[in-house]
Amino acid sequence: MTAETHKKPGLETLRAAISRLEGHSDRRRRMLPFGVREIDIRLPGGGLALGALHEVAGGGNDALHSAAAGQFCAGIAARTRGKVLWIVTRQDVFAPSLKQVGLSARRTIFVEASSDVDVLACFEEGLRHGGLGAVVAEVARLSMTASRRLQLAAETSGSLGIAIRRWRRQTDAADFGQPTASVTRWRVSVLPSVSLPVPGVGRPRWLLELIRARAGECADFEVEACDAKGRLAPCTPVADRLALPAALADGSDQEATWARRARA
Amino acid sequence: MSVDLAARKLGLRPGTPVAKAQALYPDLVLMDADPEGDRRGLEKLALWFQHRIAPIVAVDAPDGLVLDTTGADHLHGGELPMLKDMVHRMAGAGFRAKAVVADTWGAAHAIARYGRAPIAVVPPGNTASVLTDLPLAALRLPPTIIEGLATLGVSRIGPLAAMPRAPLALRFGPDVARRLDQAFGRIGEAIVPVRPVDPVEVSRNFAEPIGAAETIARYIGKLVPLLCQGLDERGQGVRRLDLLLHRVDSRTEAIRVATAMPVRDVKRLTRLLCEKIETINPGFGIERMVLIASLAEPMDRRQTVSSLIAEEEADVSDLIDTLANRVGMQALYRFAPVESDLPERSFCRVPALAPEETKDWPEHWPRPTRLLMRPEPVQAMAELPDQPPLFFIWRGVRRKVKCADGPERVFGEWWKNDAELTIARDYFRVEDTSGERFWLYRAGDGEHGETGSQGWFLHGIFG
Repeated sequence: MTAETHKKPGLETLRAAISRLEGHSDRRRRMLPFGVREIDIRLPGGGLALGALHEVAGGGNDALHSAAAGQFCAGIAARTRGKVLWIVTRQDVFAPSLKQVGLSARRTIFVEASSDVDVLACFEEGLRHGGLGAVVAEVARLSMTASRRLQLAAETSGSLGIAIRRWRRQTDAADFGQPTASVTRWRVSVLPSVSLPVPGVGRPRWLLELIRARAGECADFEVEACDAKGRLAPCTPVADRLALPAALADGSDQEATWARRARA
Repeated sequence: MSVDLAARKLGLRPGTPVAKAQALYPDLVLMDADPEGDRRGLEKLALWFQHRIAPIVAVDAPDGLVLDTTGADHLHGGELPMLKDMVHRMAGAGFRAKAVVADTWGAAHAIARYGRAPIAVVPPGNTASVLTDLPLAALRLPPTIIEGLATLGVSRIGPLAAMPRAPLALRFGPDVARRLDQAFGRIGEAIVPVRPVDPVEVSRNFAEPIGAAETIARYIGKLVPLLCQGLDERGQGVRRLDLLLHRVDSRTEAIRVATAMPVRDVKRLTRLLCEKIETINPGFGIERMVLIASLAEPMDRRQTVSSLIAEEEADVSDLIDTLANRVGMQALYRFAPVESDLPERSFCRVPALAPEETKDWPEHWPRPTRLLMRPEPVQAMAELPDQPPLFFIWRGVRRKVKCADGPERVFGEWWKNDAELTIARDYFRVEDTSGERFWLYRAGDGEHGETGSQGWFLHGIFG
């Protein structure tokens, strides 16, 4: 990608002009790389933008529990500097688990708000302050207007804002399709762990779906869950473990195979 | 005048003649009434309530206190928790107290003394219906008037309120109508608060009453620097700040803000107060503003960290104050480790800015991201004594267990509670066929009946 931009200086000036129009040309945008090459090259700027709002939701049943999504966000927050504000409406975060992805309980301040409105107000207040490493909030509803306010607050202060979208009912999770002003949008689903040669549960694995990235493309990643320092690790490619016949792996070939079978 | 609980059980009531009581129970302990002492005690109690609950507190002689809790209840988690806390604290000090929140002083006075429940919150607008059945004595009328009304056959507030006013005023004077209106909230009644001893306080009188939010904000901006100057002279910082706004109709509006650490920063205090302006009802205008540092603490000057050593971590105490004044101090916390093997007892909440603890949770066992508030019973099938379940049914969904870790045996804390002497739990981390990971436990060790019910519970969800 960098090679491409070197070839086209016109593209670079155009980008700079657009960024000036958007109003954040004076600030060098800072990034928080994941440290996993496959993910970082897909994200514009090579990492998760600081001074921006990001959305994370759990996939499947995790839309209700946000266990994997919460762990993913804790891992990100653990890799920032400074205190972390974690805003919830119902408290069920188990603090020792945050410790296990590197987010110390000494750094994490919880706010238990009584309603979604209060959550958003505290979220914005936290982002506006600027002295926090990350602000994480568990919200069900996030309207375009609310998310734009949060995004602006994050941009002005340079804080990292993560909205964990968490719903009470599975049917409400369709809300995740609604557009918001967040810079990236992730869905985290659990995957079966790699089976060990001995009885026991292996390192948890997740399917990370980058559903939306501003100025970037969508992508899916299979990763191993956060380690004790909050870092993800790439999975060994699926193809290595599950060798598909070449004819089946590619869609067009598959059609050709079926056509051959039909003729036979 | 009054009787204690033991005497009440014997059938004695306030108002029983002493001679009769002594005739019934010769070994009765009698003490002279000490109205002056009672009044002094109530005033002390009022100051304590002012310190603890709300800025506007007054003595409601002879046996009560009246508080204006508007704008202060959210700091205690709502009206009902606030009342419970008050009554509980009074009980701890050896007093039986009743507490009521109502629209008006009159109504709260009546329901607290003549209502049935020890704690009650009358919803706004419901005052009239609650008052109807109460006796006239609840209205704070002189006994002669109550007797006079009793001879007319009126003993309850409801019928009295329904009677025509003019004949009543002619016969009993204006008091009846005034007390009725005060109880029903038709006319206002000012609460003149007790004053703490020697606080730092600044005030401003206005020639013309003010009412606009911007004007109030401007004068807050003028009062706060004066207050901070006063605090500076004493070397103090404010922990709690009360702004009293005296209205032209002799009512008082109050704003209270609290801070987690002593503060003397003009900008920060101004901001905290200005955020509360929308809660003020200026009515016909405000003629006097008083700013009181009702709780001040010595403030140390801190040495700033030199940039040579490390980058200074940003100070978030101002953010904490802003948030605490929005959601309440108890809703803002950190988790701190507690040395206990039982997951639900292994953490406690500490104030957000509490000094950092040195101990930490052990890291060698994986812990779930979410811990269910109450472990949920699941149906499970497992080989005894110590095998993980083969499948389990949670919330109506049957999940086949693919792999599992465990058991991690946790014993009851017999040193805290005798009933836990034999209790044990076996925790398993299990993964089902779809990859979801759960934390299950069996109540019991799978061999001995006295260790638990041997039922299975789901306690947490892993990410």
